[in-house]
Amino acid sequence: MNQIVELQGALDAHGERVEARQTIYVYEAPVRLWHWVNALCIVVLCISGWFIGSPLPSVPGEASQNFLMGYIRFAHFAAGQVIAVALLMRIYWAFVGNTYARQVFYLPFWDKTWLWGVWFELKWYLFLTKDPKKYIGHNPLGHVAMFAFMLFLVFMICTGFALYSEGTGIDSWQHALFGWVFGIFPNSQDVHTFHHLGMWAIVIFAIVHIYAAVREDIMSRQSMISSIISGERVFRDDFRD
Amino acid sequence: MSAGQETFYEVIRRQGITRRSFTKFCSLTAASLGLGPMAASQMAHALETKPRIPVIWMHGLECTCCSESFIRSAHPLVKDVVLSMISLDYDDTIMAAAGHQAEAILQETRQKYKGQYILAVEGNPPLNEGGMFCIDGGRPFVEKLKEMAEDAMAVIAWGACASWGCVQAAKPNPTQATPIDKVIKNKPIIKVPGCPPIAEVMTGVVTFVTTFGRLPELDRQGRPKMFYSQRIHDKCYRRPHFDAGQFVEEWDDDGARKGYCLYKMGCKGPTTYNACSTVRWNGGVSFPIQSGHGCIGCSEEGFWDKGSFYDRLTGINQFGIEANADKVGATVAGVVAAGVAAHAAVTAVKRVIKKPENVG
Repeated sequence: MNQIVELQGALDAHGERVEARQTIYVYEAPVRLWHWVNALCIVVLCISGWFIGSPLPSVPGEASQNFLMGYIRFAHFAAGQVIAVALLMRIYWAFVGNTYARQVFYLPFWDKTWLWGVWFELKWYLFLTKDPKKYIGHNPLGHVAMFAFMLFLVFMICTGFALYSEGTGIDSWQHALFGWVFGIFPNSQDVHTFHHLGMWAIVIFAIVHIYAAVREDIMSRQSMISSIISGERVFRDDFRD
Repeated sequence: MSAGQETFYEVIRRQGITRRSFTKFCSLTAASLGLGPMAASQMAHALETKPRIPVIWMHGLECTCCSESFIRSAHPLVKDVVLSMISLDYDDTIMAAAGHQAEAILQETRQKYKGQYILAVEGNPPLNEGGMFCIDGGRPFVEKLKEMAEDAMAVIAWGACASWGCVQAAKPNPTQATPIDKVIKNKPIIKVPGCPPIAEVMTGVVTFVTTFGRLPELDRQGRPKMFYSQRIHDKCYRRPHFDAGQFVEEWDDDGARKGYCLYKMGCKGPTTYNACSTVRWNGGVSFPIQSGHGCIGCSEEGFWDKGSFYDRLTGINQFGIEANADKVGATVAGVVAAGVAAHAAVTAVKRVIKKPENVG
């Protein structure tokens, strides 16, 4: 009995001790917070954005009694500002956080091992390889997808603030910072269209992202879903020193 | 054509316009430019003391709707005043009958008022085939334009043609019609877009330049800020219906009769920078939205190529006739979702048929 009391780690009812597993703290609290704030904002932005482009059926009554479009647009603008501030915080954390906090901001295409990893992961997703590899941060293919998402996010923030500046006016700070978008696309109708397409790009990313996270959690025998909640990645196969 | 040192005021009085009408014009213009209470008297003083600025008005590929609009400037006296304020030395459409004598004025103005005259351009030059799609006075318009721009003080690009290209520059643009700012690079250019621009906007720009002797403040795209810094949507009298979520859904529905927002009918007010919803047309009588039809965005770049006038979401023709951003996006998202489902199915099947070795 005393022996069991002193045993560390997970035990079953009979005192059988599991073998050690590798657990690594990957996603620090600000990174996790950023992830979930992003997720929430993206849901709000997609829904409110959809109803800005294709509004709901007309509401009855006097105009002075209703403010439906106003509230929908408010939700969109508020979520947009939150996602922008969250990105700024995330960029700050890339400098002060751990190695994995920097990963999504660049692609190490000069690294041969990394390039080999992209190729390997492609084969893994095409069912051409039997055993998966385990990675502490993003796997190289996931890394590419994350980097692409960051580009879309920046694109959406720039076009979003540019469109917002149309309402706040050409003397606003939004126009001063993001008015250059209209230098590239002089007709804001085009900016609206690209902003729409950007939304769909992020929706597609979300589909692939959630699928890959669930699949990897099961197939690659490493934690994915719980990692973005606890920050720790557990590699489930037994590990021997 | 003897502009001489005659001031604006002398010209105005010579044409039988009373001082009372003159001061009324000054106050009206000062108010429409959004200037302070002192501006009307400053404007009157300027007109009384300054000599008239020579203007060369040229026509490239266009329909003359800018001229048509210009001569309908609201105040009954404005057209008289404006045509006297500037010394309109040349306008080939009006002077066509004068032939070579009219053409001679171009060279005369160029030498006599080097760097002092304003070149007002209506329409644009086609560049294809050496510019032969617009022959004017026996030679390509583009040559005449470049030559006269060389010694001009500034260039005013009237209308959507000169500013953006308009219908003749719409796809596939066989004549390669090109907006003025892509041809003239070394002169300040004021874009006054619209098809046509509002009459009071045109006279307002001219008045500003003659009064202050400098160009108005321009926005990023070269348009005068005082008329083009806000969208139709920002000052639309139907905006409360937009914010409330009350839209015209069909042209003959109850919403249309009640004057709801035309957003769903493809109104381009939210993407169009112009003064229609404030200045309005025909002496402030109305503007398209007030008459029950959405804005078609005629003062915006490439408005002919941005899909139907009646769609809110812009058509993307690369993906087929009826596609827009949402249809394209939803299709791709659907394909990706189907791909993900198929991938998941293959993964599951492979896992099931795999021999149960060391599955933890």
